[in-house]
Amino acid sequence: MPDATASVPLSAQLIHLAAAVMLLLSFAMLAQRRLVSLVNLFAAQGATLVGSTLVVAYSTGQHELYLSAAVTSIKVVLLPYVLHRLIRRLSLQWDTETLVNIPTTMLIGLGVVIFAFGLAQPLSELASTVTRSTLGIAMAVVLLSFLMMITRRKAISQVIGFLAMENGLFFAATSATYGMPMVVELGILLDVLVGAFIFGIFFFHIREQFESLELSHLESLKED
Amino acid sequence: MELLILLGLPLGGAALLALCGDRRWAPEATVLASLGTFLAGCALTARVIADGPQLVWNEQFFIDPFNVFLVALTAFVGFTTSLFSRTYMRVEAHHGKLSPQRLRLYHSMFQLFMFTMLLALLTNNMGILWVAMEAATLSTVLLVSLYRTPASLEAAWKYFILCGVGIALALFGTILLYFAAEKVLGSEGMSALLWTHLNGVKDRLEVTVLSIAFVFLLVGYGTKVGLAPLHNWLPDAHAEGPTPVSAVLSGLLLNVALYAVVRCKVLVEGSVRSELPGRMLMGFGLGSVLVAAFFLWRQKDIKRLFAYSSIEHMGIVTFAFGMGGPVADFAALLHMTVHSLTKSAIFFVVGHAAQKTGTQLIEGIRGLLVLSPTVGWGLMLGTLAILGMPPFGVFASEFLILTTAMRDHPWATPLLLLALGVAFGAVFSRVQPMVFGETTATRLPHPPALLPVFAHLSLVLMLGLWIPPFLAQWYRLAAAMIG
Repeated sequence: MPDATASVPLSAQLIHLAAAVMLLLSFAMLAQRRLVSLVNLFAAQGATLVGSTLVVAYSTGQHELYLSAAVTSIKVVLLPYVLHRLIRRLSLQWDTETLVNIPTTMLIGLGVVIFAFGLAQPLSELASTVTRSTLGIAMAVVLLSFLMMITRRKAISQVIGFLAMENGLFFAATSATYGMPMVVELGILLDVLVGAFIFGIFFFHIREQFESLELSHLESLKED
Repeated sequence: MELLILLGLPLGGAALLALCGDRRWAPEATVLASLGTFLAGCALTARVIADGPQLVWNEQFFIDPFNVFLVALTAFVGFTTSLFSRTYMRVEAHHGKLSPQRLRLYHSMFQLFMFTMLLALLTNNMGILWVAMEAATLSTVLLVSLYRTPASLEAAWKYFILCGVGIALALFGTILLYFAAEKVLGSEGMSALLWTHLNGVKDRLEVTVLSIAFVFLLVGYGTKVGLAPLHNWLPDAHAEGPTPVSAVLSGLLLNVALYAVVRCKVLVEGSVRSELPGRMLMGFGLGSVLVAAFFLWRQKDIKRLFAYSSIEHMGIVTFAFGMGGPVADFAALLHMTVHSLTKSAIFFVVGHAAQKTGTQLIEGIRGLLVLSPTVGWGLMLGTLAILGMPPFGVFASEFLILTTAMRDHPWATPLLLLALGVAFGAVFSRVQPMVFGETTATRLPHPPALLPVFAHLSLVLMLGLWIPPFLAQWYRLAAAMIG
């Protein structure tokens, strides 16, 4: 139906594009075992998030969102930089074999996306924003990152999964509601940055204790 | 004004102690800051008794009957814990387990943790509530791994990842809540996130959105409450962290997280107008009680034992909030109070007992009564109180919860009784030989700090026999609001 696409404004089309790219990148991260590439994919996802926030800000004239985009871009630049340095200093290359092999993970991922879309369907119909159809994708990104955290063994890939999850949440906030109030958003961002910083400290502690970042060392506390 | 001191003092204390927490006077500074916070809490309480609930600073903060007693409780337990930790940490340093740098981290993060909990309780803004809950996780994560042993690192990592994911889900729930509220209240300013505003329009909020939001909020904040099956972080974090941290995690953090869940439940129940939110709380609560009761039998570590007991009690409270109604809510609020007091007292005694015997394993701790009757009796009385023996306060609240369950949901009563019985057997049979018989304990280089223990226990005893009228009035008003 060419008419249907023609009636959608350019900004909305751009946001839909960004949403699709985010989802695609989430799948790419799910499949990627090389840590350096994983960090690059994470950075790309963040960049897409910044782009879509800027488009929403421009098309709706909400100036607060420019600030939010600026703050998010700190995350996009700073965190991957820190992660790259960590990978180099700890000389990490590959994540070991994932707990579930990659094709199976992708299939589970597909199921997760369908579930997210089903869940978001009634919500999207209520949204009045131009970007409402992206809510399902945001939820899918959150759940896919969750899946990634579950299936990975290296501490660093779990952390990237955690941060990607936050990306998905920010995307949900901008796409469904044009962003939360600024104070709240700044608070959230501060928490994420501090969290990432603590993760960094942890890497060194874990490394010091176990001489590797394999999480299989961290499985001694169990109920017998 | 009181509010400013209440929030400013722990924050300022955290900053100061971050700079010079390794000095010799740092423990006293912590005690002073906590004492100041507690006095500000008392002043605030007195003002609420005199003038009633209040909204301050552009409605960003509020004090109503539901949070006022939790604020006082948090400030009080924070103060007694700082008293306890002064001695406890001195002994740990004497045993060579902690360096001055670690102590600096500990003192500073302890104050920051107090600040985040008070902020979470006092804020009227659901977004700030989330930020404060996340900050509470972040400030305690390095405390759990304070000893840097492999086990403590593992516990902290688990705590961080599980609570991080949980709290991320809660953020999604908060976003959905904002999404629904924005349509009714508009996106100008903060209005759509302020709890008092949301509460005013809760019957006009979109039902589908709120039901989905509640699932995320319950699972998210529920992870921090330690509800089964999301409780895995809790025993590890309690067992591996330093004892003062276990005491505040168990006595305060779980309460604050549950407070967040109940705030959300009030909004959602007003919108959905069905039993669903209550049923979900009941399900999670009952599940936690049962899981915890049976895991209690398998514990060999004394702190893990009492950590599971915390899961059990949080389950009971959640179940009671799920049942709803004036009596059950009253009992739940009372149970939150007495559990917090009793459990932190128990952790104080257990901490000293573990220092005296040099182990946390139940088998290694024997005959505490021989060398120090106060530690022995403290542990025995605390255990009897937490197991719900009359005349302690826990008995009163559990009795109310059980009778309400018998009236409204008879099917749940046998399950609850079974769990309570199993828990009694498990805990008592382990604690009894620890207190009586041949001793394995040695003297400590500093006399144990037992004043907080007996202060807590006498408060619990008092609440079992007589509840001050103003407190009962708050419980009733809060119960009416929770519904």
